[in-house]
Order: sequence, then structure tokens, then C-alpha cells
Amino acid sequence: MAGGTFEKYKSDGSLAGNVLEWVDARFPATSMWKGHLSEYYAPKNFNFWYFFGSLALLVLVIQIVTGIFLVMHYKPDAALNANGVPVAFASVEYIMRDVPGGWIIRYMHSTGASAFFIVVYLHMFRGLLYGSYRKPRELTWLFGVGIFLVLMGEAFFGYLLPWGQMSFWGAQVIVNLFSAIPIIGPDLSIVIRGDFVVGDATLNRFFSFHVIAFPLVLLGLVAAHILALHETGSNNPDGIDIKEKKDENGIPLDGIPFHPYYSVKDIVGVIVFLMAFSAVMFFAPEGGGYFLETPNFYPADPLKTPPHIAPVWYFTPFYSILRAVTYPLFGLDAKFWGVVAMGASVVIFAFLPWLDRSPVRSIRYRGPITKVMLTIFVICFFILGYLGTLSPSPMGELVSQVCSVFYFGFFLGMPWWSRMDKFKPVPERVTMK
Amino acid sequence: MSNQGKVDCGRRRLVVATAAVGGAGAVGALVPFVSSLLPSERAKAAGAPVEVDISKLEAGQMLTVEWRGKPVWIINRTKEMLETLPKLADAVADPKSEKNQQPAYAQNETRSIKPELLVVVGICTHLGCSPSNKFKKGAEEGMGGDWLGGFLCPCHGSTFDFAGRVFKAKPAPTNLEVPPHVYLSDTRILIGEDKKGA
Repeated sequence: MAGGTFEKYKSDGSLAGNVLEWVDARFPATSMWKGHLSEYYAPKNFNFWYFFGSLALLVLVIQIVTGIFLVMHYKPDAALNANGVPVAFASVEYIMRDVPGGWIIRYMHSTGASAFFIVVYLHMFRGLLYGSYRKPRELTWLFGVGIFLVLMGEAFFGYLLPWGQMSFWGAQVIVNLFSAIPIIGPDLSIVIRGDFVVGDATLNRFFSFHVIAFPLVLLGLVAAHILALHETGSNNPDGIDIKEKKDENGIPLDGIPFHPYYSVKDIVGVIVFLMAFSAVMFFAPEGGGYFLETPNFYPADPLKTPPHIAPVWYFTPFYSILRAVTYPLFGLDAKFWGVVAMGASVVIFAFLPWLDRSPVRSIRYRGPITKVMLTIFVICFFILGYLGTLSPSPMGELVSQVCSVFYFGFFLGMPWWSRMDKFKPVPERVTMK
Repeated sequence: MSNQGKVDCGRRRLVVATAAVGGAGAVGALVPFVSSLLPSERAKAAGAPVEVDISKLEAGQMLTVEWRGKPVWIINRTKEMLETLPKLADAVADPKSEKNQQPAYAQNETRSIKPELLVVVGICTHLGCSPSNKFKKGAEEGMGGDWLGGFLCPCHGSTFDFAGRVFKAKPAPTNLEVPPHVYLSDTRILIGEDKKGA
């Protein structure tokens, strides 16, 4: 397992062997390879849900590579060019029309953003199903929540860069959210924008955050996420600890080396994923107006808000929760409490390891209460997501309020309902259902 | 290394002092980075006043100009539009414009210097979207049957009347802001300044 010690490589006398021995004496090449891949023992019963971790890593690579190439042509400049179009907007159009291969790189990046969230949401749902966040994997989960937060920031900053109508007004609304914080709010929103309005200063700093600061933090968190996982070992659909049953060599009886077994299995996932990804990229790059919103094909106009503005789909569940809060409390605006509720709805995931009090991890051995609660939670998440794409309406407001209550009820009631449930006996060894 | 677990207090004090000085230096080094996030001198200087010619603004028409990167509306209100204002005194949140969202000379029922001419920043006080005009009455604009005309913010549904007063129970906390402005002549308005030539 990771963290264990592995013997240094001994050369067999060949040139390649000599080189590896030389390297291994100076760098933990063999021990990293074995600890994280060829002798990292993962449970043998991984199912469909275990594809999404490696797929998230794949999308991260896609985003970084396409991003590097986009930056070669993109210009973060809000000034108007000779044709009266903002330079940033024009540079994206230039990438789409004039840069050879530019259109596909750009669509890879924009589709990749939505794909990233699809994969990450499924990855998180896997954690909920099988109790992957439970002791001893709390830190893995916390690093994961950190990744999710940074990813949301990354996506938000990135969405401003094309400097379209939705970029501009979306940023305007979200930055103004911070001004709802009492006392420091108005100054804070000026510090975020770097100006009194969303403008060139905002575009440039968002660009800097999007291409340098947040990707660096993201890579660090991903490394920490994987290191923490490899320290404790992976969970599995049965939610039992494979390290408790080991053979005479200290290898878990239900474990198989990650490489080649899961590296090959994951390639199957990669192929299927890339088929779906390519289908979207080639045939529906705008994702039906959900991946790239129509108003964003118009250059930013600070004087005119589009008739309907909504965040990109992956933010809409949280945006709905923001809109659902319409009552002022303790002398503070409803706007402020909306911001608090929205922030809480994301951060609350971090508390899951301590909210869940059930004696078993996996949903396979948990009773009807867990299944009903999780189903309601997922349904509410989808309803909130859908409502967030619509214009505000009295009916939508009511439904989103009900769903928000269920959303928070799932988490805040968990210490009670997770204990009340019926439980089935957990098997000694993993099952291959 | 350890001298039978005894701590050399002199050295320990030196370590603490060094760390404290180093820490203070690190905090000091943050200053230029944090201050670079504030609006630059150029951004602060960009708020120059804007002069607008309103000679061609007919009754019932609206003109949008940019001031400090924000839309400023100039609306030449008709008599019918002005007549809606007293009727709405109970429906709007701040009918007498008591919250500080306008210069003193616009703290009146029409929220303007000249009754018919409204000058207002066209940015919703909720989250900064620019409301759309819904000047016609009721169902014609897709609003409720009792709608007398005004503005609707597309983002979160706040509504405002012809004086930029926000209706009750809407997300926007205050009326639209009236910028400082002054009439240079009957047909010219200077937006962003009110002292000179007032």
C-alpha cells in the first residue's frame, strides 16, 4: 500500500536496468509506481459507479490541455475593437472561425466544463451510495469537497471570459451577491471586481484566476485527494474494509492491483465516455442551450440585461436555493440569507462524515429510510436544478422553497434518520453483485 | 540535539523572535498584493460626468446613456404616466423616497427635478441587472391586470413604477438610484455632477 516501503530496483545489467537503478537510488520511482499502481490493492468488486473518479481526472487533463491552447489565441480585453466589438468576445469568435482547429478545441473546453460537473456529481453520488465519506476516509472526502468548491470557482471565472451577455450579467449578479454581506459586503464586491462595475479589471483578474491560481490549487487538491485515498485504501460497494482479511503476504484477500486490473477497466469507461463526449462536441456543442447559453453569443452590453438570465446548469440547484429565500431575518435582507443558504448548501457536504451515524456504510445494507431519504434528496436536487433555469414565478418559488427544506432536511436530519433505520448484516468478504 | 530534555530558553526566545519578525514581514509583503486588487487610479478617475442632449426626447420616450459603466435612463414621462404615481403610494415600499437613494432635490413624489423628466440609474438594487421597460398597462405587457406601467427586472422579478420606486414584497431592497444631475439648459442635462451651475 501507499506509504509502505518497497525495495529499490536492482539492475539486471541491461542499459535500461542500469538507468532505472540509478534513478531509483535518487528518486522514489519504483516505490511510487508500486505504491499507487501496481501494488495498490483496490477491492475487486468495483462496479459502474467507480468509473467516475478516473473520468474526472481525464476531464481535468482535457481542460488543462485545451486551455493551454485556447490561451494562445484568447485576449482578456473588454475594450471595443475597430468594429465596436469587445476584444475578448472577438478573440473567441476568431478562435471559432479563423484559428485552424480552434473551433474543436474551444468546444472541447466548453463541453469539458459541463462534462466535468456531470462526472463529479456522479462521483459524489457514488460516495453517498456507498458511504465512501465515512471513517477513515473523511480527509479524502474533505479534499473532494475542496475540489468541488474550487471547480465551481474555476467554472464561474471561465464563464466570464467570452465576454458575452450571459458572461457579463451572470458575473454582475454573482459578484453583487457578495455585497449582501453586512458591513464589508459593498467593499468586498469592489475588491472582487477591481472596479465599481464589472469591467476590464474584472475580466483580467478572472482570467488570471481561471488560468493560474485556481488550476494550481485544483491540482494540489487532486493530489491530496488521491494520496489520502491511497493511504486508507478504497471503499467499495459493500462498504466493508478489505484490509481486515489479508493473506500470508499481507495482501488483502479481496484486493487486486490497481494496475493492470483497474487501469484496463477504466479504459473501457474512458472509451464510452469519449463516445458520449464526442457526440455532444460534434452534434450538440451548445448542449441545447444548457452548456453554452444563447445570450452568450451576443457581446456583453453593460446597458442591457438579456430578458432571461440563468446560470449554467451545474449551478442552478444552488441558485434555486438562493432564490428560494425570500424572508428577511434578524434585521438582515432576504438577499443576505439567500447567499448564506446558497453557501451552506454547498459547504454542508463537508460535514457528511460526521452527520452520518449509521453502523454500516453501504446503502446495500441500509434500510428503507436511507433509500427514501436519498431518493428524495436526488429528486429535490433535480427539481431545484430545473427551476434554477427558469424565470422566477410564484409557483416556482414555492416549489423551490419546499425542495430547499428537503435538501437541508436530508443533511441536518441525518444524525437521527441514519440511526433509526433498519440494517442488514454486513458480509465478511466483498460480494460480486 | 536535546540536552536531556532541557530547553535552552535563550535560544527558544531567539527562535520565537525570529519567527515573529519573519511573520510580520510576510504579512507586510501581502500589502501590495491586496491593494492591487482595489480599483486603480484610472478606474477611480473614469467617473467623469456625461452631458446629454434631450431636445429630441418626445413625451413617453426613454433614452439610455452610459455613466460610470452603468446605464442611466432619462424618461420623458407623459401625463398619464405621472398620474399613476399617487395611486401607487400604498403599493410601493418607499413611497416618499426616505431611503438615501437620491439627492435631496429628487426626494419628491416624482423623484425628479422637473416633474416629467426622470433621471435614474437603470440598475436593479437587488443584484445589479438592468430592468426592462414595461410601459403599457396590464396584460399588454404580460404583467398582471392591475399593472399600471413601469419596469420589470428580468433576473429576479423586482418591479418598479414610473418614478423608479420598488414595489412591496420584491427582492430589491430600495428604489432605483437617482444620480446627481443638473440642467445646463432646457435641453441639456449633465449627469454625475450637481454643484456647478446649479
